Amino acid sequence: MTPRLTVLGAGVMGTGITALALGHGLPVTLVDIDPAVLEAARASVDRQLRHAQLLGATPDGVAAGELTTTTSVADSAGSLAVVEAVTEHAEQKDKILREVSGLVAPGTVLISNTSGIPIDELAASVERPDDLVGIHFMNPSYLIKMVEVVRGPRTGDRTMESVQALLDRLGRRGIVVHDSPGFVTSRLLHPMINTAARLVGEGVASAEQVDALMAGCLGHPTGPLRTADLIGLDNLADSLVAMSERLGDDGYRPCDHLLDLVGAGRLGRKSGAGFYEYDGTTT
Amino acid sequence: MTTDNVIDRDPVDSDVVAGKITAYLEAKAKAPVAHDEDLADSGLLTSMVAMEIVVFLESTFGIAVVGGDLKMRNFRTVDDMVALVARLRGDGENAGDA
Ligand SMILES: NC(=O)c1ccc[n+]([C@@H]2O[C@H](COP(=O)([O-])OP(=O)(O)OC[C@H]3O[C@@H](n4cnc5c(N)ncnc54)[C@H](O)[C@@H]3O)[C@@H](O)[C@H]2O)c1
Repeated sequence: MTPRLTVLGAGVMGTGITALALGHGLPVTLVDIDPAVLEAARASVDRQLRHAQLLGATPDGVAAGELTTTTSVADSAGSLAVVEAVTEHAEQKDKILREVSGLVAPGTVLISNTSGIPIDELAASVERPDDLVGIHFMNPSYLIKMVEVVRGPRTGDRTMESVQALLDRLGRRGIVVHDSPGFVTSRLLHPMINTAARLVGEGVASAEQVDALMAGCLGHPTGPLRTADLIGLDNLADSLVAMSERLGDDGYRPCDHLLDLVGAGRLGRKSGAGFYEYDGTTT
Repeated sequence: MTTDNVIDRDPVDSDVVAGKITAYLEAKAKAPVAHDEDLADSGLLTSMVAMEIVVFLESTFGIAVVGGDLKMRNFRTVDDMVALVARLRGDGENAGDA
């Protein structure tokens, strides 16, 4: 019997991680509270899996794993590992981690994909803190081969071994870092994006100009504001708030321009517009 | 005769297909796009845009691009895409050696 991965949260990251796992032959149970989200997620996972195939990012000769969608967290029982990818709100993560931790067998690796909430803070929600670890998958997870692995102070050695086995299976390479708000990648990337948004808000440059300068002068692959639209501006603002509170650094507070866009429902690619307009074929 | 109809219809059809694809790409590129231009070389065909093009072709021409057709080489030029659309619509045999 092929072991199954459970993914909690069928948003941008949950669907991308699901596509990654399916493409590497792992069956996935994808859980969300919202049935409408799950319905859309099926199409989104299919598109992302085909995107991976288009770019040669899936292994040859491996049959895609089977996708099951459900609103019941109880269906995570019996899985190889659980990836938590729900909204970046500490209370929501606490609630679902508490629930899932009571359902799975001891030794089942619990993975949080949080952008910036310390793993040891989340460990307070689970029955066995040694089973919990952070794997910060990048977006799109099925294209980016490197992940940031966050070892909390209480994460067990056995968990780290299971993480390595899982990443091998998924064809990903992890860099293991210590626990801290925002770890390495969000701590660096998020304030940079925030500043890029602030520059646009101040009228110093347009989004296109900011991205063109960062790409053309500094070698950034797409520019910070295209990246922001890919991440989702609501998630970006939530992550910045989570980091600013935990770092005690107001520089991490989302700037007005970012909050204005979120308030106007311009969430990036997933809503069809953010710093840029998209044509409805992107989500 | 059927053959005549097909031959009459075909160039018109693939012109229409090429026109729609070109308009879509030019709106994205904000620049003219030639039918034989290598879109990867000109920087338009990024990893994200490649899939947007697939979804555009599917919804515009009622086709499904799956399996072995999901290859970047089918999307490098407007001509490549016109050929793919023709083949997946089942009129590929009339597309000559384009
Ligand atoms: N977006 C990115 O680029 C990115 C990158 C790395 C990490 N992350 C992190 O991944 C996590 C998910 O982010 P996202 O961008 O996918 O968010 P999202 O808003 O796109 O999706 C979150 C999903 O979680 C669901 N959800 C909320 N509470 C739930 C619950 N109790 N049970 C089941 N489902 C629930 C929501 O319905 C929604 O569909 C966040 O912690 C985020 O910080 C995001």
